[in-house]
Order: sequence, then structure tokens, then C-alpha cells
Amino acid sequence: MKTAMDKVYKPSDDVVAREIDGEIILVPLAAGMGDLEDELYTLNPTGAAVWRMLNGERSLGSIAAALAKKHRAAPATVRRDILGLVGELSRRRMVTEAG
Amino acid sequence: MSPVEKASVPTKRKSLLPSLDVELTERCNNDCVHCCINRPAGDRRARRRELTAAQLDRVFAQAAQLGCLTVRLTGGEPLLRGDFPEIYLAARRRGLTVRLLTNGCLLTPALAKLLEAVPPLQPVELTAYGRDRRSYERVTRVPGSFAAFQSGLGLLAEHRVPFRLKGVLFRGTVGGRRGFEAWATKLSGVRPELTLLLDLRHRRDSVARNRAIALRRPTPRQVARTTCADPLFRRQMKLFPGRYMGPQGGRLFTCSAGYSVCLDAYGRLQPCLLLRKKELTYDLGAGTLRDALTRFFPAALAVEARGRAFLARCAQCGLKGFCHQCPARAFIENGKLDKPVEYWCAVAHEQARLLGWRSGPGSLPRLRPGPRAD
Ligand code: SF4
Ligand code: SF4
Repeated sequence: MKTAMDKVYKPSDDVVAREIDGEIILVPLAAGMGDLEDELYTLNPTGAAVWRMLNGERSLGSIAAALAKKHRAAPATVRRDILGLVGELSRRRMVTEAG
Repeated sequence: MSPVEKASVPTKRKSLLPSLDVELTERCNNDCVHCCINRPAGDRRARRRELTAAQLDRVFAQAAQLGCLTVRLTGGEPLLRGDFPEIYLAARRRGLTVRLLTNGCLLTPALAKLLEAVPPLQPVELTAYGRDRRSYERVTRVPGSFAAFQSGLGLLAEHRVPFRLKGVLFRGTVGGRRGFEAWATKLSGVRPELTLLLDLRHRRDSVARNRAIALRRPTPRQVARTTCADPLFRRQMKLFPGRYMGPQGGRLFTCSAGYSVCLDAYGRLQPCLLLRKKELTYDLGAGTLRDALTRFFPAALAVEARGRAFLARCAQCGLKGFCHQCPARAFIENGKLDKPVEYWCAVAHEQARLLGWRSGPGSLPRLRPGPRAD
């Protein structure tokens, strides 16, 4: 059975991701993505690192393994952070499941 | 803390181009008595010369690459462009938020639906030329325009598109400011932005129209009374010009010109919204935004004043902090970048007088206004 970490995500067509001055800014294209109509979103450094890997090809598990290795962090903590981030991005329709 | 945080516009991020003004056309469906730019809606020659949606998309792409986050679509009346939806979507798909400046008369259900489905992420800015048919159409000079404006307002409300109203005060209507403010606040939920400072024709293209605008300008005393009655203005004037602005010396451009740039309807990039002096504009069709911002404007705007009146007055004037005299306005009114405009000078002196700058500056530093030639 497919677990949450086997899932593959990609940026949704309803958002434009901009990289300005090293910061990722998510600019909604569709209505109702933010709590207010005029909101833009930015990702913290961990979020930005995950976002860059959400390319519709890598599973969340593979992203978590790569980040845990790179930052010498506990895999369980990284997995939990990634699930939290992807959960929030999906809720806001900023990412969709690929395939 | 959430990994997804709300970001701000305007932004503190360092970028070569925080925002870009784009005039989609100089044509307009109205013919406002005070307008500084408009051409007739049916001006075919102007229409043929306007940048296409594809050309504009290439500009938006360049702007986005330079870190631009907001594009202001203005005119003339931007909604006169039949391809407005295409242009608007191009900007949004490049990840730009859009400030749309419009008179609202040409809003259709389809356009309102588009703004609802793909929100501009900035309130639409609607200018209300009056709050009833008589006062409105006395300004726009187009019968039926007030009804069209009301219909536009209704469509935005119906489709829940956030908007804010702007207004213009004339010599004969300054007294109605409070009534207008209350009306506009009730409609949009926010206080309207009011313009008292009317500029003459940017392209210096009509003596008759300039005369008509000059006649409708609020007098310097009216401007000073209205602005100085605003506690926020008074507070800002106490802090800002007193502490940070001194006489500017001979340097002409001490402002954001060359940084907050404006693309005209035909592809020439201006150092700011007002300044259309040909030698100081850049042909974007033959170059790039980056080249204009990093090479052309810094060199072109590094000019020193030579005009005698400017050097004797403005260069040494302590009122610079709130005087609207600037190279663009000097060019518009006098055809020279460095010749003081008497109207703006009189407005600044009147404000200074009301703020008590001459008699005893109190907590303000000792600033001496430049002499006025009257
Ligand atoms: S309008 Fe005047 S002050 Fe403003 S940017 Fe242009 S030249 Fe500078
Ligand atoms: S107040 Fe008059 S002298 Fe002073 S900067 Fe303005 S135009 Fe020049």
C-alpha cells in the first residue's frame, strides 16, 4: 500500500513561484488560496529547500532522505516537517499530487 | 512556526525594480477637463502605435526577472484595450500582482468575473469624478458616464473584487471634500485618496487644455488649508522635511526617477510617470529593462541644474521636503528641467506659512524657504 511518504507532488498551476533575492515567494493565480484575497506567501529556508524538490518526480520519502543527509538531521523529524509543509501547501491548493 | 508565511507587498527585498508602471494606452472613453494625458478613444494613429499584448508580455517577463513584484496598469483608460484580459493574464502568469487604475466605466460582467477568478492581489483603484451625475459629468464631459461608472462599481461589489476610490478636488469643489470622503468611504470601506495637485499636460500638447487645467487648480491657499488640516500630514511634515530634507543644491534628480520607471503606451521607458522629455526616455524595443536601469538612467539623470532661478532659489531652499517642484514638473510647465514652477512654489510657501515655519519653527529645525518671485 502507498504510504504518505511514497506520494509525489508538483507545484499547482494555480500558483506562480518567484525567487527574489534568494527568497521563494508564492503568488496565487486563483481566488481563495489565501485567507485574504491579496496575500502572497513566502517559505522559510526548509520550506524553500523542499519546494525546489517538489518537481512531480521525487517522492516525499526521497526528498526527506536527501534533506536528512544534507543537514545531518534525524530522518523522523525531517519527515514530520515535510508532511506538515505539504499538508499546508495542499490545503492552500499550491501543490497537487502528481501522476 | 509555519513553514509557509505571509509575504508583504510592497516588499523590503532588494530588487532592481520593485514595481513598474505601464500605460496601456493614452486613449480614454472620457474627456476629463483636468486630464494630463488623454487622447480620444477613437484615435486610430495612437491605437496603431500601442504595444501589443505579446510585446507587453515580454516586458513583464523581463520585469519579473529583475525581481519586480507589482505592475501598475494605467492609461488613458486601460480597459479601452480590447485585449485587456490577455494583457492582465500575462502579467499575473509572470507572477506579478496588478494595480489596475481605471475610471471603471468600461467594466463588463466578463471583466469583473475575470478579476474575481484571477484576483489582481491589489485593490482596483477607481477614480470617481463626482458623487452624482451632474458633478461627475461636468468633469468627464461624456453623457451617460456616471451611469457607466455606477455600473462598474456595482460589478466589482457583486464579484467581491476589492477596490478603493480616488477623487479629484478642483478649485470649485474643495469645499465638498468631507461629503465626498464620507460617500466614498461608505462605498469602498476605506478612505479615498484625494488629489488636489493637478498637473498640466505631460506631453505639452495643448495650450488651451493647459489653460483649462490651470483655471481649475485649487489655489495655493486651498491646497495648504486642506493638506495642513490633516493631522497625519502635519505630523509627517514635522518629522520628515525638518529632519531629513535640506536644500538640494544643484543636483536635479534627488528622487526615485530612474528607479520607479514607467513604460509609455508606445514602448518608451520614462524615468517616472511624469517625465516624457525624449532624451531622458529609453526605447525598450531596442534594449532591455536591465540596461535602462543600470546604465541608461543613472547616466542620463546625473545632471546638474544650470538655470539661474533654480540655483538662486530651489538649490538653497529648505522647503524642498514638501515642495512638489521637480524636474518633471518643471519640464511639463516650463519646457526646462531646472526652472521653478511658480504654482508649486506658492503651494509650498503657503504650507510652510500654515505650519509656522517662518515665524518660529519651534521643534522644527531652522529652515529658510527660498524667496518666491511674486
Ligand atoms: S514626478 Fe518628479 S519627483 Fe516624482 S519621480 Fe518624477 S521627476 Fe521625480
Ligand atoms: S518652494 Fe519654491 S524655491 Fe523652494 S524648492 Fe519649491 S519651487 Fe523651489
